[in-house]
Amino acid sequence: MATTHIAARESEAPVEPQRVVNDLSIQVATVNGSGSQTANTVLLRAIFQMGIPVSGKNLFPSNIAGLPTWFTIRASKQGYIARRKEIDFLVAMNPETADEDVRDLRPGSAVVYDERLNLNRLRHDLTFYPVPFDKLVAPVCPDAKLRKLVRNMIYDGVLAKLLGIEMEEVHKALQKQFRKKAKAAELNWNAAQAGYEFAEKNLPKADPFHLTRMDATRGKIIIDGNAAAALGALFAGVTVVTWYPITPSSSLCETLIDLMKRYRIDPETKKATFAIVQAEDELAAIGMVLGAGWAGARAMTSTSGPGISLMSEFVGLGYYAEIPAVIFDIQRVGPSTGLPTRTAQGDVLSTAFLSHGDTKHPMLFPCSVEECYSMAIEAFDLAEGLQTPVFVMSDLDLGMNNWMADPFPYPGKPMARGKVLSKEDLERLGHFERYRDADGDGVGYRTLPGTDHPAAGYFTRGSGHDERAHYTERPTDYVSNMDRLAHKFETARHRVPSPVIREAAGHEVGIIAYGTSHWAIVESLDQLQQEHDIDASYCRVRAFPFSDEVKDFIRRHRRVYVVDQNRDAQMCQLLRLDVEPEEVKKLRSVLHYNGLPLDARSVTDAIVTQEEVK
Amino acid sequence: MSTTATPPAPPKKVNRIGLEIATYKGSKSTLCAGCGHNAISERIIEAFYEMGVEPHRVAKLSGIGCSSKSPAYFLGTSHGFNAVHGRMPSIATGTMLANRTLFAIGVSGDGDTASIGIGQFVHLMRRNLPVIYIIEDNGVYGLTKGQFSATADIGSKLKTGVINDLPPIDTCALAIQLGATYVARSFSGDKRQLLALLEGAVAHRGTSMLDVISPCVTFNDHEGSTKSYSYVKDHDEPLADISFVPFFQDIAVDYEPGTATEITLHDGSRMILKKLGEDYDPTKKVEALRVLTEAHDKGEVVTGLFFVDTKRESFLDQLNVVDEPLATLPESRVRPPKQVLDEVMAELQ
Repeated sequence: MATTHIAARESEAPVEPQRVVNDLSIQVATVNGSGSQTANTVLLRAIFQMGIPVSGKNLFPSNIAGLPTWFTIRASKQGYIARRKEIDFLVAMNPETADEDVRDLRPGSAVVYDERLNLNRLRHDLTFYPVPFDKLVAPVCPDAKLRKLVRNMIYDGVLAKLLGIEMEEVHKALQKQFRKKAKAAELNWNAAQAGYEFAEKNLPKADPFHLTRMDATRGKIIIDGNAAAALGALFAGVTVVTWYPITPSSSLCETLIDLMKRYRIDPETKKATFAIVQAEDELAAIGMVLGAGWAGARAMTSTSGPGISLMSEFVGLGYYAEIPAVIFDIQRVGPSTGLPTRTAQGDVLSTAFLSHGDTKHPMLFPCSVEECYSMAIEAFDLAEGLQTPVFVMSDLDLGMNNWMADPFPYPGKPMARGKVLSKEDLERLGHFERYRDADGDGVGYRTLPGTDHPAAGYFTRGSGHDERAHYTERPTDYVSNMDRLAHKFETARHRVPSPVIREAAGHEVGIIAYGTSHWAIVESLDQLQQEHDIDASYCRVRAFPFSDEVKDFIRRHRRVYVVDQNRDAQMCQLLRLDVEPEEVKKLRSVLHYNGLPLDARSVTDAIVTQEEVK
Repeated sequence: MSTTATPPAPPKKVNRIGLEIATYKGSKSTLCAGCGHNAISERIIEAFYEMGVEPHRVAKLSGIGCSSKSPAYFLGTSHGFNAVHGRMPSIATGTMLANRTLFAIGVSGDGDTASIGIGQFVHLMRRNLPVIYIIEDNGVYGLTKGQFSATADIGSKLKTGVINDLPPIDTCALAIQLGATYVARSFSGDKRQLLALLEGAVAHRGTSMLDVISPCVTFNDHEGSTKSYSYVKDHDEPLADISFVPFFQDIAVDYEPGTATEITLHDGSRMILKKLGEDYDPTKKVEALRVLTEAHDKGEVVTGLFFVDTKRESFLDQLNVVDEPLATLPESRVRPPKQVLDEVMAELQ
């Protein structure tokens, strides 16, 4: 299956200027490091505050400053928040990419650009709005050193005028952005106003796009997935966090550090009820997590694909020695460094069986910021309950972009710390066997170092061990231990979050997707139905091992499209391993792996094409 | 045949917390007879017994190799964790973060530390985590049958005749330079010195790094090896005669002024270093590095306490971690109340 490409333009015919309200995507093309983030966030927030469903995606290079970066904002009255391929409104600030950015637009689109770029020479089927940015910024920002940072705010003002964004909301968003920095807020506000006034006087409206107030975002929050996961970890009661910086996961632990400093300092002693350590590498980060998990702490780390690879050996030990650990994988494009600032679901297969020998690990797949939060909490309960490393498989799109969401609910149940025997338990029992399946669920009881009972101590090792944790190389002991571990994985199947299923009447076509693909799928389902009369069912997988509902879903449908954001159909392959042989042939793949967030049109096109072969 | 009444058994010797030395023993060693590592295990048993450390408060940690098997052979009722090759430091770090009330003792080897584990070793030393880090140093890989390790001396010869032509890594010099706060070298055959150094390490609350030369009787105890029993005995140059006085024993030690240095450790125990040769001040890093460098040049094995710093804050204090184990803090102390979530949500609206 092909990756998504910008669709070829079929005609250059002028487009009728029909009013398009609350349904457009804006792309801002700037240079990395030019301070455009503030202007873009304010724009996004202002639209959000007008009650219009909105999403923002930052497409940025692996670079500190100088390379091109794009920010796309999609406003959608239907509430679609997946990336949309087509751009309606371009803000061209980057001379390096401006020509190509303009050439890629569909006829009828609009371009706000730095007048020095002379972009209007390139096309005759677009609406051009030239803006003299340098001339406008000089009077509102006397300090020449700050001009570069304030300059971008001018396009917020221009867009506000051209699209109908309320300046009052721009002002409010600015206040929020700069909270305590009144001076910076004022400078930026002046720049926005200068843009607005310039547009009012010089740029007569000639495009069909409009934004008007709705009431679809009331009470909602805006947050990125990494911050949401950090909040989840905070409320999960995490106590030990060890990490090594890597894009796109770093902001998870950085946000967590801020939250912990704010909310987890003991009010009486002023001491920390947590320890956060920036480790020397990912090998050490996971080692510290396992050491802490072994000693009974709720411990976690956060990383991306390359870090997962480095953790491989230790994760095998964690599986076999049965130590709880929570590992967030904010996936990016690989292999190796790949495209470190682009999104993918590329670690699914390697993480499922990470390490050597027979290993398999539970994985959770959040699709939204709410699930980043709730699955973070759930992951700790699962890890301690199952005594095994658990992975939360987020991605760059979810982790680093801002998403709308309903406010997160407070945890509804107490922390589940799993089977840990206390001194009192041992006094009552007199003995314990670390790796005995006492309850028939494959999960043994453990004790923590420091437990004041002579029977508490046991020896943890990666080499062969029997029920009493004694060293053994006896074949039958090894087999029975491995079989119990396999049985424990079956227990996990029933404990992990079950899929979310939306059933169509016909049971002809089913779609299986996971993670951030969800947002493209919900839009694609509408496109399939409205444009192609295909009524498809949808099963959103939320965890591995797969619940029985996933297999039932496949059984019920004739053709099942598995949507993967990777080249090798990784989730589809995992499913093939799990379903009955006769079901395997039903599985078809929709693949997307160009580093951009998945869009609905790509999914729809791929399914429609494959539907021609029944 | 007459029966004689057995005399009442003499009261069993116990330590200050009423435990017999048997409580501190582990399972039977599976290492080679005569292996230096076994002697080290015996000294560890004695040190924890003498210091009266409760076995349940000890966490025994190791990587992979002959050395790393040895935690099974001491303190059998303590929790132990035999991890992966070269990664014991991170396990030790995590364990101590989770429960700062534990005594962590990590046993590593020269391969486990100076080759595959050098990265984690270096960073552990930097952090000054409260942990006793023992390198059972024999200059070879035993479990894989006798390849050189990175602590083997230049010119040292393997049984197969292969000569080592790379300079050794001096783990003591490294540890001192990196920030470890109790750094010593000893010899598995020197019972008295090793025991005193181990007891001092138990009393110290920071990273104690002990490089113990521990001959491998199977692969590195021959003519031409610089880690053999006979070589170390012939070239051992103790820096000082070491005595250890635990905090719970009020013993006055007499020595002529200017002939000994006394160091008070964190728990009040004292190390008394009686001068054997030149003046040596174990609180000076530069001194230590000079002595180690000169010893290398002379082909001597200097042993003793090279460096001690009782002032530097431990990693756990630096992190300002609460006094109780983080692992078992109740939910009320680790899950903030609903108002906190409401506050954060309000800020995000």
